[in-house]
Amino acid sequence: MPEPFDTRYDTTEALAPADSGGGPLGRATPGPPILEGGPRRRPLPWRTGPGRRSGGPAAPPGRGLWSDAWHDLRRNPVFVLSALVILFLVVIAIWPQLIASGNPYHGDLAKAQDGPAPGHPFGYDLQGRDVYTRTVYGARASITVGICATLGAALLGSVLGGLAGYFGGWWDALLSRIADVFFGIPILLGGLVFLSVVTSGSVWPVVGFIVLLGWPQISRIARGSVVTVKEHDYVQAARALGASSGRTLLRHIAPNAVAPVIVVATIALGTYIALEATLSFLGVGLKPPTVSWGIDISSAAPQIRNAPHMLLWPAGALSLTVLAFIMLGDAVRDALDPKLR
Amino acid sequence: MASTSEPAGASEDSGASGTSGASVISGASDASGISGASGTAEPAAPVLEVRDLAKHYPLTRGVLVKRRTGAVRAVDTVSFALGRGETLGIVGESGCGKSTVARLLVSLERPTAGTIHYRGEDITRLSGRALRAVRRNIQMVFQDPYTSLNPRMTVGDIIGEPFEIHPEAAPKGDRRRAVQELLEVVGLSPEHINRYPHQFSGGQRQRIGIARGVALRPEVIVADEPVSALDVSVRAQVVNLLESLRDEFGLSYVFIAHDLSVVRHISDRIAVMYLGRITETGTGPEIYGHPTHPYTQALLSAVPVPDPEPREGRERILLTGDVPSPANPPSGCRFRTRCWKARERCAVETPTLTVPPDLPGPAAHPSACHFAEERVVVPAPS
Amino acid sequence: MTRLLDVQDLRVEFRTRDGIAEAVGGVSYGVDAGRTLAVLGESGSGKSVTAQAIMGILDSPPGRVTGGRVLFRGRDLLTMSARERRRIRGAAMAMIFQDALSALNPVLPVGAQLAEMYQVHRGMSGKDARRRAVELMDRVRIPAAGQRAGDYPHQFSGGMRQRIMIAMAMALEPDLIIADEPTTALDVTVQAQVMDLLAELRREYAMGLVLITHDLGVVADVADTIAVMYAGRIVETAPVRDLYRRPAHPYTRGLLDSVPRVNDRGARRNDRGARRNDPGEPAGRGDRARRNRRGHHGGRLYAIKGAPPSPLALPSGCPFHPRCPRAQEICRGERPPLYEVTAAAASPASGGRTSACHFWKDELDGLDV
Repeated sequence: MPEPFDTRYDTTEALAPADSGGGPLGRATPGPPILEGGPRRRPLPWRTGPGRRSGGPAAPPGRGLWSDAWHDLRRNPVFVLSALVILFLVVIAIWPQLIASGNPYHGDLAKAQDGPAPGHPFGYDLQGRDVYTRTVYGARASITVGICATLGAALLGSVLGGLAGYFGGWWDALLSRIADVFFGIPILLGGLVFLSVVTSGSVWPVVGFIVLLGWPQISRIARGSVVTVKEHDYVQAARALGASSGRTLLRHIAPNAVAPVIVVATIALGTYIALEATLSFLGVGLKPPTVSWGIDISSAAPQIRNAPHMLLWPAGALSLTVLAFIMLGDAVRDALDPKLR
Repeated sequence: MASTSEPAGASEDSGASGTSGASVISGASDASGISGASGTAEPAAPVLEVRDLAKHYPLTRGVLVKRRTGAVRAVDTVSFALGRGETLGIVGESGCGKSTVARLLVSLERPTAGTIHYRGEDITRLSGRALRAVRRNIQMVFQDPYTSLNPRMTVGDIIGEPFEIHPEAAPKGDRRRAVQELLEVVGLSPEHINRYPHQFSGGQRQRIGIARGVALRPEVIVADEPVSALDVSVRAQVVNLLESLRDEFGLSYVFIAHDLSVVRHISDRIAVMYLGRITETGTGPEIYGHPTHPYTQALLSAVPVPDPEPREGRERILLTGDVPSPANPPSGCRFRTRCWKARERCAVETPTLTVPPDLPGPAAHPSACHFAEERVVVPAPS
Repeated sequence: MTRLLDVQDLRVEFRTRDGIAEAVGGVSYGVDAGRTLAVLGESGSGKSVTAQAIMGILDSPPGRVTGGRVLFRGRDLLTMSARERRRIRGAAMAMIFQDALSALNPVLPVGAQLAEMYQVHRGMSGKDARRRAVELMDRVRIPAAGQRAGDYPHQFSGGMRQRIMIAMAMALEPDLIIADEPTTALDVTVQAQVMDLLAELRREYAMGLVLITHDLGVVADVADTIAVMYAGRIVETAPVRDLYRRPAHPYTRGLLDSVPRVNDRGARRNDRGARRNDPGEPAGRGDRARRNRRGHHGGRLYAIKGAPPSPLALPSGCPFHPRCPRAQEICRGERPPLYEVTAAAASPASGGRTSACHFWKDELDGLDV
């Protein structure tokens, strides 16, 4: 192209990206709100601008929200700790034999309710089964329910909520009403009613029930997020280019709207695990022979005075797991929350 | 609204666009001999012709059963034409409907009434493939460089997206090169192709938005306040870029802004809007040097001039009150509630956008006022 | 005579997680009673942060005043007790913000908000305070003030809200008003009304007014003196006419030349399509010559190259040097002090001009690079 633009105006700003020394890639501490003088609606001056880390035209590729978030998360001790705990839980959920060589079903009634013994650090339960082995094996049910229910609820909720937010109209109104109905169901009462008719003791009815009651929460978040993102100029720009609805949703809206959904889902994961334990405790969730913390807590509860170890270990494991997921959710929210960046 | 006045208005407006067509040619020929080449030979048909365009947003009440309680008349019977290679500036205060006009032009909204003819074809009724084909030729540059670029996409993906949506515009293998060329055209380094928008300054981001706008080599660019969100010292760079792209690619611009100074600099012809209607239209010298509509005069007289000298000799017309709500606009002339010339006739009869018959020389340009008369409010440069 | 407000070498830092940003790096300016000082700068120039530091409303953390003095009637606000300072802030100095909607309490009627000022600071009875509030609304020309006193902020238009903000600031008849971009969010016709009102009140009450803005036009109409800020420092101060006629800093001149004007379509500096280093340019043309060369139809605007620097990484030496057409080796290495622009070189009328440019003399004389 011969002389693409005339030289009377200057392009130095553009051609030398590092000239201004650069800023912190839009991650500065939120400044005083009144600082934003000048033309309307503009972030702090040093939140933008070419990156300080980009030393010149041949700078490394930039960071997006995800790599920014990852950069933050790695430095967050809360995240590191909770992620390690969760990683450990996932590993023992898949391969409990790694750290527990015994059989969770094998009981020796002679040792019923006995305290810790060599090789059996957590003692024995009512039927003389090893509490340590059962606690380790119980992780599988909790983690499976937590992850599957969260995935299900997040998928269903964000698809339904996202479509409602994008298309609006009667579909939106209808969906919101349906979600309201599900919101109105008291979760324990619903669990007692729905699950008491199920005879299977496996995790799937519980997962199904949690998804059924959990999706409206996610769908509300997803809908709100999509409605906000839909109004952004870059979505309008894509529409003005003639982009199809599918393309607009997948390329422009979904990547920008998904962060709140992830945050809510991660925090919900912990509460779903607790919910599973509660339902199992009440006898309508998982049922023996499935090994579950909730079931063990339930059977240990009446013995709390004479054999507290039976209760403490599964309950402690449950608390630790729920805590780890909620802390992870908090850390993820801090990293992704657009208000902080 | 009196139904009788509308057909009359339409015929007047087409007459108005005829005169403006002539001014396009003169504007182009003395602006820069290079760009106006297409327009000099014959009075070419306008690229874009807007007639009686209206957009009313219904005001509704109720959750499931919606009841219509009224309408916000954001745009009401707006007509203009845009010549090839011409820049039409649309100025007005917030709420005058200028941004709605922009969204209607690029088919982001469907008009309530009226037509937009692009190369003789009414694009307001198009959909699907035909609409996409038109969109290739009418593109938009947005106001806010901080929200108009998808933060999750690299610059290469943002500028390359037009080619993905319109695969016929560039063969697949050439796209990366096309994107790099575009970056260069707007004054950015081609090596920035893998960066994300947040790594750029406001001015650079606006260049990226402009590159996306010109990627498909459109004929018309609708620019909605393209420089008002930028730093003062960066605005001139972007204005210059827009001008040089116009010359290089033979673009026609609809340049929408509230800054009358920038509009004067870039535009061949200017339309002043108030409460959804065009009040006055003409070339730069006609509007700025010989305004005949009271609103234009007030607007111009209020523009701060970065020069302390002419302030003594300057006539200030201070308008009282606020712009009325477009949901309940005044009858007749919409400006009459703030106009010092308003008489009974203004409340009854809607003034049409016509050349006032008894005004001489450059004051003879379309003005929607029953009592149009020239009044110089902008001091000549010292 | 002690000045009403005298800011001396004020420094403000912001701690961000990417380092320390020097938002204000040694700013000095002052204003006398009955005068208007305009502080002109782009976003990030530190003009608003300076005002917040003066008012004592800096967000800290992350912001922190690290040096300098803010003398109000000769007394340093920065060393005063918090209580004393609060009293001065309420009664003797007031601030007007750009966004009146967020500066007013949305759940209180505006009349009550105004009346509260009188009740708290003047100990008036509720009834008297309300009467005064309506008088005040009338004073800032809000139509039907008596009826509108019971309205909430969102029921007013932008211009009317800004008038209420002005009324709030005026309520206790302060000696000093700091207005931070008071008209930026307003339409041009409303902008003119509000600026006129501010100027009128300033005259009537003989207040000092510090007007912070990025708009060269607004400043030209009302200011007596102008201080131009760039990258957290003052680069030039001058009486308004001198600044527009003969800027003594390349940044000021660049700004002036890069704005198109409503009374003139064309570019000023480079209207022949050449940059400033065009060898054909006659050297030494003065301000008049420069002005007369406007108006070429379709010329490009003069544009300052580059973008304002980040306060986290200010360029060495003169912070403007990467964008400056006049920059020499010395500009990179040595930060220019605020040179006194002497009367001999400037127009005889101008006193107290300063410029932070090593080559202010060349700039003042309009010498080309």
